[in-house]
Amino acid sequence: MSTLTATTDTSRAAPARPAYRVTGPRVLRSEWAKLWSLRSTWITLGLGLLFLVAFGLIASARFKSGIGSGRMDRDFARSTAVSLSLFGTNFAQLALGVLGVLITAGEYSTGMIRSTLAAVPRRLPVLWSKALVYGLVVLVVGTLGAFTAFLFGSRIVAGTSAALTFSHPGVLRSLFGAGLYLALVAVIGTALGALLRSVAGGISVLVAALMLVPGLVSLLPSSWQDDISPYLPSNAGQAVFSLTHDATTLSPAAGLLVFLGWTVLALAGAAYRLVRSDV
Amino acid sequence: MIEAQQLTKRYGEKTAVDGLDFVVKPGTVTGFLGPNGAGKSTTMRLIIGLDAPTSGTVTVNGRRYSRHRAPLQEVGALLEARSIHPGRSAHNHLKALALTHGIPLRRVDEVIEQAGLSGVAKKRAGAFSLGMGQRLGIAAALLGDPQTVMLDEPVNGLDPEGVRWIRTLLQALAAEGRTVFVSSHLMSEMALVADHLIVVGRGRLLADTTVGDLVRAAGGDTVKVATQDPARLRDVLAGPGVDVTGRIGSEELQVTGLTAREIGLKAAEHGIALFELTARTVSLEDAFMDLTRDAVEYHGSATALETLGSPA
Repeated sequence: MSTLTATTDTSRAAPARPAYRVTGPRVLRSEWAKLWSLRSTWITLGLGLLFLVAFGLIASARFKSGIGSGRMDRDFARSTAVSLSLFGTNFAQLALGVLGVLITAGEYSTGMIRSTLAAVPRRLPVLWSKALVYGLVVLVVGTLGAFTAFLFGSRIVAGTSAALTFSHPGVLRSLFGAGLYLALVAVIGTALGALLRSVAGGISVLVAALMLVPGLVSLLPSSWQDDISPYLPSNAGQAVFSLTHDATTLSPAAGLLVFLGWTVLALAGAAYRLVRSDV
Repeated sequence: MIEAQQLTKRYGEKTAVDGLDFVVKPGTVTGFLGPNGAGKSTTMRLIIGLDAPTSGTVTVNGRRYSRHRAPLQEVGALLEARSIHPGRSAHNHLKALALTHGIPLRRVDEVIEQAGLSGVAKKRAGAFSLGMGQRLGIAAALLGDPQTVMLDEPVNGLDPEGVRWIRTLLQALAAEGRTVFVSSHLMSEMALVADHLIVVGRGRLLADTTVGDLVRAAGGDTVKVATQDPARLRDVLAGPGVDVTGRIGSEELQVTGLTAREIGLKAAEHGIALFELTARTVSLEDAFMDLTRDAVEYHGSATALETLGSPA
């Protein structure tokens, strides 16, 4: 007893101080709390989900009403219930990617990053946690949205040439693929925000990478186009959730690998800047 | 305990912090003084690792800040620039920081209470006034119950009650044996709270001293005496440690090393009539101005001085 008292007395430096410690799971929990404590998260996730479901249903309804008129464009006429239901992916990816940019770049524009990095001066756990937390949230939201869109979209086009059911080969893979694609877009958005430290810059690069670059590549000589085009983020990503594939597109697995590669590249750039640059 | 060794930070051509050496000791309030742009904020950012030094080192309790297991428990910092997301409530902001360290949520409520933010804890921080934002920053600094508290211009934007709250808080923290490091560009504010002073100008260390020593170095406390017979008074007052100055033909003398009381008694003893006897304390403000003015002139653009000087 007396020895015990003596030892506690000698360790005067820390009199009954609680042993706090920064750990990976704690940084994750912190980022989880930060994500849900902002109104913009709820609004933008809601918008993403709305775009995904609503545009899928609108596309399906357009197909259904156009099928009899015979004035449909040939590409549109070859649609499937999957391609119609997932039509909203293009719009949802913007909303969800932008929220990803906001999650990281928003910390720089508000100054929050100083508080964040003072709490976690090793820095990298913050980036991994943000990417993981937001990526998982979007995986859930995106997958849920894709299934909802298909559930109702496939009913709308039932009985037409586009009709498909969940049991049709490739349908489930496409729907899960859409959720995964959106989750990776979200992670890329998060990485771009951290890399560029600017909301406007991050959004611009994201939109350029997903929507403008494919258009620019089409200006290249066609032999180059065939070599480059399938590997662009947008086209590789598209391959992940498309039901049908041809010679000019990658297989779903290859598309996923390429798109993962782009994601890793963006994250690596973000990590490099985060560790190397002053805040 | 904060220790800086040859700490230097350059941004391109500009040297913000230039070979600073200092130690901030626990148990006292150390004031970090300097004019705007002297490198105070940069030094504080270097201490908590937001910026990396160009050369030199700075450690907190013996280690670099980022090497600590629980950084918020080592140093609680309030930075000059706002470091909160305006869309998040004060409570959620502190909660997010607490979660990274496993700090219990009741501690969040404690610091909110301590900072006087209980009434607005659930409101968006973007709607806060400058003073309330400052209080939130201080609440965040206290969150980890840190050994070292470092505040950059803490009284900025605070009302008189807030200013007094900061003073009491700083002294209480130091009395608990913590290291308290507070920056300001206002000497008058520092004089009320700080025991020790680190003065910088243009990124360089100008003085590492106590409040008393700084005043002494700047001329100390002098007594002004006007007398009928200055020559005799000089002889009467002369002694070790006493310095008497005065212009020839003037009735006025400046005396250092004796109190007004001692001078009065000596004059009466020798029957010398006095007309005036005024103790003059050199204000810290003056001492500080002298110190930093010299620094500014010393580092100032030489061409500008030449241009000014040439017509003369």
